[in-house]
Amino acid sequence: MPEPTLILNAVAIQRALTRIGHEIAERNESSSEVVLVGIQRGGVPLAERLAKALAEIWGQPVPSGSLDVCMHRDDLHQRAAPHVQPTVIPFDVTGKTVVLVDDVLYSGRTVRAAMDALNDFGRPRRIQLAVLIDRGHRELPIKADFVGKNVPTAHTEIVRVRLAENGGPDEVVLEKR
Amino acid sequence: MIWNRKHLLDIESLSAEEIGLVLDTARAFKAVGERAIKKVPALRGKTVVNLFVEPSTRTRISFELAEQRLSADIINFTAEASSLKKGETLKDTARNLEALNADFIVIRHSASGAPHFLARFLSSSVINAGDGAHEHPTQALLDTFTIREHKGKIAGLNVTILGDILYSRVARSDIWALTKLGAKVTLCGPSTLVPRVFEQMGCRVSHNVDEAIREADIINLLRIQHERQRQTMFPSLGEYSSLFGLSKARLAQTKPDVLIMHPGPINRGVEIDSEVADCGRSVILQQVTNGLAVRMAVLFLVNGGKGPQELAGGPVIVSTVPA
Repeated sequence: MPEPTLILNAVAIQRALTRIGHEIAERNESSSEVVLVGIQRGGVPLAERLAKALAEIWGQPVPSGSLDVCMHRDDLHQRAAPHVQPTVIPFDVTGKTVVLVDDVLYSGRTVRAAMDALNDFGRPRRIQLAVLIDRGHRELPIKADFVGKNVPTAHTEIVRVRLAENGGPDEVVLEKR
Repeated sequence: MIWNRKHLLDIESLSAEEIGLVLDTARAFKAVGERAIKKVPALRGKTVVNLFVEPSTRTRISFELAEQRLSADIINFTAEASSLKKGETLKDTARNLEALNADFIVIRHSASGAPHFLARFLSSSVINAGDGAHEHPTQALLDTFTIREHKGKIAGLNVTILGDILYSRVARSDIWALTKLGAKVTLCGPSTLVPRVFEQMGCRVSHNVDEAIREADIINLLRIQHERQRQTMFPSLGEYSSLFGLSKARLAQTKPDVLIMHPGPINRGVEIDSEVADCGRSVILQQVTNGLAVRMAVLFLVNGGKGPQELAGGPVIVSTVPA
């Protein structure tokens, strides 16, 4: 088995998130209308980190929630039932700019499910998408607004995002299957 | 842990991990029920047949609402208004329902093992909503869910099941679920309804209610199942009530944080005093709310289950219940 390739180390992840934070602040001038929603599981700690970065930029707290998309997936009849994680959105999304946050953007199907799931909580003014890694191979017409790093990959490769919140060192690696 | 079962036929064959997965999944579905929009598209385009050959109100409406909240299409089939009354066999009825491309069959039947029987030849997923005096798996799952929600755990708790154990499928499923998760189960009631043979299932059997409830963390009351009794198992309801009913005076001798549970329908003044049923320690109505979440979780999980299901031999029933 070949050695995994390091794509981002801890410093690079932090730098990417800081830059995304500034890009979100630049794109959305009215800070009071922006909320962050992390997609379970990888997106949740990233949304929390982005919320902190944005709070520093704007000088006011930025709400952050978590969204599980299992019940809205389009492949439920093809696979064993996924483990459903908690959805916690302790604020009203109606009229807000919701920035969906995920670790890796791949087929785009998770993001589609997330947009459907979000609809059950209200009608956001707009939805934007922030991802740490865009690895290509989209199967749906979905594009990220904010990207930490674009990584060209083969289908046979796996992008692993490890974060301190989940017990790892902060790093992104590319593994061969 | 991956859920690989296509059917939910009983608790006996489930592992503690599988029970835990259902309870974890149910927690997420309970949260769905607290939202403004309580419906998710997980079973969109799927057809569920509710085949209730034996009368049921709360289990049937709980399953129906669970199915609707998962966006499934529903066919309700009751014994009173069906071809079963015209002499069609259960097998033929089920095959006709399958010919309509039903994806799930939720069955309630007075014969123990009826769901296992259907699962052997149908390609649909079969969910047991209560079969005779054998099992009522979703009731046990909602009971354990409710206990875990209040106590934070199951292992090490003293659970006393009080009442008609002999004829109770709820008792059997509860015993399997609770003992698998590490609870200490005591069964109590008249010796005619709580025979010592239940000790083989890993329970303690007591015929002294005051002793049985003193150290209990949970008291689960069961109704006297008149409809299943062929002969009188105790002299009178009044005597049952005074010897085994959960009265206010008896409640006063229990642990201050004891939970009072009942699968319903309750018979006020028989197995439970009216005031006890409505008191702060009673979680009887929370059980109903949780039942909905648990049934959504079960449907969600078996929808993805494709794997082999052990069906050889059929159900094993511990006591010899007059069929």
